[in-house]
Amino acid sequence: MRVPVSWLREFAAVPATESGRDIAARLIRAGLEVETVDVVGGDVTGPVVVGRVQHIEELTEFKKPIRYCQVDVGPQHGGVRGIVCGASNFAAGDLVVVALPGAVLPGDFSIAARQTYGHTSDGMICSERELGLGDNYDGIMVLAPGSAEVGTDGTTVLGIGEEVLDIAVTPDRGYAWSVRGVAREAATAYRLEFADPGVAMDDLPAPDGNEQPSECGSDDLAGCGLFTLRTVVGFDPTAASPGWLRRRLTACGMRSVSLAVDVTNYVMLETGQPIHAYDAAKLRGVVRARNARAGETLTTLDHVDRTLDGHDLVIADDRGPIGLAGVMGGLDTEVDESTSTLAVEAAHFTAPVVAHMSRRHKLSSEASRRYERGVDRVLAPYASARTVALLLRYGGGRYVGMTAVEGPYEPTVVTMPADLPARVAGLPIDGAVVCEHLTAVGCSVEDAAPEETAAASRPDAVLRVTVPSWRPDLTDPADLVEEVIRLVGYDQLPSTLPVGRGSRGLTTDQRLRRRVGLAMAGAGYVEVVSYPFVGTADLDALQLPPDDPRRSVVTLANPLSDERPSLRTTLLPGLFEALRRNVSRGLDDVALVETGLVFAPAVHGGEPPRPDVSGRPDAAELDRLEAILPSQPRHLAVVLTGQRVRQGWWGPAVPAGWADAIQAAREVTAAVGAELSVARGERAPFHPGRCAALTVAGTVVGHAGELHPRVVQAAGLPADTAAMELDLDAVLVAARPIVPAPAVGTMPVGKEDVALVVNETIPTDDVLAALRDGAGSELESLRLFDVYTGDQVGAGKRSLAFRLRFRAADRTLSTAEISAARDAAVAVATERVGAVLRG
Amino acid sequence: MSAPNKAFDPVEVTALHPDEVERAVREALAAIAAAADLDALKVARLAHAGDRSPLALANREIAALPPQAKADAGKRMGAARSAVRRAVEARQVELEAERDARVLIEEAVDVTLPYDRQPVGARHPLTTITERIADIFIGLGYEVAEGPEAEAEWFNFDALNIGPDHPARTMQDTFFVESPDSGVVLRTHTSPVQIRSLLTREPPVYVICPGRVYRTDELDATHSPVFHQVEGLVVDEGITMADLKGTLDHFVEAMFGEGISTRLRPSYFPFTEPSAEIDFQCFACRGASVENPENPCRTCGSEGWIEWGGCGMVNPRVLRACGVDPDRYSGFAFGMGLDRALMFRHGITDLRDMFEGDIRFTLPFGIEF
Repeated sequence: MRVPVSWLREFAAVPATESGRDIAARLIRAGLEVETVDVVGGDVTGPVVVGRVQHIEELTEFKKPIRYCQVDVGPQHGGVRGIVCGASNFAAGDLVVVALPGAVLPGDFSIAARQTYGHTSDGMICSERELGLGDNYDGIMVLAPGSAEVGTDGTTVLGIGEEVLDIAVTPDRGYAWSVRGVAREAATAYRLEFADPGVAMDDLPAPDGNEQPSECGSDDLAGCGLFTLRTVVGFDPTAASPGWLRRRLTACGMRSVSLAVDVTNYVMLETGQPIHAYDAAKLRGVVRARNARAGETLTTLDHVDRTLDGHDLVIADDRGPIGLAGVMGGLDTEVDESTSTLAVEAAHFTAPVVAHMSRRHKLSSEASRRYERGVDRVLAPYASARTVALLLRYGGGRYVGMTAVEGPYEPTVVTMPADLPARVAGLPIDGAVVCEHLTAVGCSVEDAAPEETAAASRPDAVLRVTVPSWRPDLTDPADLVEEVIRLVGYDQLPSTLPVGRGSRGLTTDQRLRRRVGLAMAGAGYVEVVSYPFVGTADLDALQLPPDDPRRSVVTLANPLSDERPSLRTTLLPGLFEALRRNVSRGLDDVALVETGLVFAPAVHGGEPPRPDVSGRPDAAELDRLEAILPSQPRHLAVVLTGQRVRQGWWGPAVPAGWADAIQAAREVTAAVGAELSVARGERAPFHPGRCAALTVAGTVVGHAGELHPRVVQAAGLPADTAAMELDLDAVLVAARPIVPAPAVGTMPVGKEDVALVVNETIPTDDVLAALRDGAGSELESLRLFDVYTGDQVGAGKRSLAFRLRFRAADRTLSTAEISAARDAAVAVATERVGAVLRG
Repeated sequence: MSAPNKAFDPVEVTALHPDEVERAVREALAAIAAAADLDALKVARLAHAGDRSPLALANREIAALPPQAKADAGKRMGAARSAVRRAVEARQVELEAERDARVLIEEAVDVTLPYDRQPVGARHPLTTITERIADIFIGLGYEVAEGPEAEAEWFNFDALNIGPDHPARTMQDTFFVESPDSGVVLRTHTSPVQIRSLLTREPPVYVICPGRVYRTDELDATHSPVFHQVEGLVVDEGITMADLKGTLDHFVEAMFGEGISTRLRPSYFPFTEPSAEIDFQCFACRGASVENPENPCRTCGSEGWIEWGGCGMVNPRVLRACGVDPDRYSGFAFGMGLDRALMFRHGITDLRDMFEGDIRFTLPFGIEF
């Protein structure tokens, strides 16, 4: 809402010493979000005055038409002056705006008498653009006849320098969509009298009894509880809007259209009551608010054909709908350049009805914006009287009378303990102050127990507060509390610090997730945060088979991009994109990690319940609410490429590969104290021979390895890219809460190395398990320290070298005991996996 | 070896003559002093203090002396051999020290060689700021509450006093999960976690809810369809707006520095009443840039204050929807953007940097910013 300060001052006499910024500061403190204070026009100084063109001499000897004009700027400014002008959109007798020598226009444009086109130009006739009023450069500004006196200050006439408050109105404060509402706040803030334009009935002449006013009605008193129609005949359709009115509309961001339309807009801006004027000659029968019938159509003023349904509230006459109630009028009954009979509608439509229509028809208007936020329930007849008075004053004609229909209206009454504002604020607020502020808002306040005198000051007093018709947002005691505290001032609030009791700090999962995050950073991974939106192309790039559960996605009804309408089922597409971006920017060694939710469709689903909000939903309702939600486990994934160990003075590079991807899973499980076991796996998008299935507590929680060559190609990744993804929630379930301390033996250690030749298809894990099982209880540790393939072991075989360390708790093991244990270990390996001791 | 002595040989042995002993000692000390390294010293030691050295040989002659001469000769020989032995030991220590010094010099390396053997990692600043905020509030006795990102409309809207016709519930703002009647949206704020907290905990409730939220904004330098918030909720007996103010003061000081104050401006949110916008004093200029064109502040645009979020007293309707008695309990809630906080705290000019995953953006943040 844009509010010119001069308009505001008509209703709240804020001292002239207060600038727009001063007023803005007061309004912000009171809760109106004044975003900017704009100034109409540019920076104009020096003499800029109204003049009348007396004589025009056309100069034709130049390339373009030039006029040498005699302009009367008033005796106080030197009378008639000769001025050269390049525009030709004016005639002798027109009122124009003249910048005299000494004036400085926007852009530091100094005006001086100068020789040009063979004459002395003693000033300049101004265009809109030269005064910073707009971009119009089609010609100079011609003022409406009789709109100003010759010689008067042009900046005043044009409103140049007027400050305009631009306010972002919060949804609860519908009343602030008007000069009336903002001026009321200003009056309260400055403790001034408020001259309410919404309760003063403009003087209208007695209705002309010779003609009948247009008739109106409402078939839906719930949606339209008040409908008024005032009729004016003999209106001059050619009458122009006065300059001051047009300037205010412009300052408020509206275009001037015609006197009839301008006046309805002006009154709406002033009072907050949307007004619609019909060409009464085009109306057929009674104008009434009613529900639309399905299939009815209407062409609105914006030339859009609209099909209506039974939820729409329309204004209709005998031919059918002629307007969407509170949203936009119809084209058929529009006021045009020959309209001389006007029917002025001012009505009250309820917020939900208008909000619904506005949304369904995707049509937001100045009127709908106000109705959606609540229009003063009783304002209509006052605002329409103001409208008619202005129409008669500037467009002539006769007032024929008003027809109206109104449903019952009871003001809202809220009872509130007088000390509630103080209790909520944590600040003593006297009961009298509470009453004073509520009264300033427009409430009438009574003591609920009127026999007690000065009861409001008692702590247990209860106030009976009647809410004004323009504040439909005030329904609860809490709403009144806010009004009181904001007028006391939020800056008066003390600062006290409450502290919770019995907090257990982070949950185990929260703590472990931090450990994992730190461990991954320590292992050289850079964390990324990517968007969870994916499309079929992303899943295709992973080479997922058609029945892969990761293709079962949760899809958005209104995605930002049709390419990625669904929610991720895996973190890999986001990581791949981030990796591609890094590589394309010339980074070679990249290791990324992401932790985040993935989404799978709800298993049960069902109709979404909408539990009543007046009390806690029961357990069954809450269960049904949970059942409609997608499952959303938290995953962790990594992707890496380039050199894992860089080449340098210390030695050669070690390229990143499948082993690093699996190791990333070990970093995770180690950080939370879970046991990871690794087995050969097969799953997209991994290379089938270089993929590990990751198991924690008997459950496969994820996979790791190098990517399938086709994936590498489809996703545009470097050839050696490796990745890992696991279900972090599942890993955390297996986190070990309490570590049993080991017994640390101090007896001497016995070491044995063995090299075993096995088929290369045998997983090392199996060989390790066999050795461990065979070595007996004195085995302290077992480590693979070399792998050899080549001629010496034969094709299809490999040699695995292990170091076994033995230690007994209570004695030094003899050489014979150690050898026997080693032989036992090898024997089990031979038996289980066909291992042959290498000579 | 000399010829065996006869018992009680009355002849005085030349080797035991004091002049001879003195000469042998002199020669020994000269040789020891002349030894340039440990090997040379070993040679000198064998020659002058070894079993076949002149002094050792002379020592053996003592046995052949007459008893009356033995004591005198023994004393003289003991002193001589001891002097040589001490000289060897002293020279040994000297030469070893010289050798050690030389070896350590030879073993010196260039410790300024870079060692970027393994790439380093880093945590995303959104993670780090989230943890930092959680820690501030855990210190005040809060717990960290979490909830789903795909959320029931009832939690995201209805329970928060955002009715079915509220403008926020249009597709212009909110991502709806297909179909539009599914009753599921991508949460538009972390406030549904407040509802979940009130439904699963008995008052007093002190929780902080950080998380990822969604709005249908196209990505540009200052908007993102995915962003991050933290909300706080306190419901307890006798909670006041002054408590809200004090909590925000504490929070902002912990985040942005001692003495940074907050300012509340009246505003509107359906789930709080009264409601307020939160500004805090600019931590960079502390207000010094206001109306001071000489010294403009990029952090606050010379406004002196930074807008950071919304807050208010929990609307009694919200408490009722969660089964909390508003006549007994009251509460406050506040919420702010984490992405935005990072932007002004670290001078990030383009929001997209946070979501692109370029490691050059994240690495400087390390594991603690």
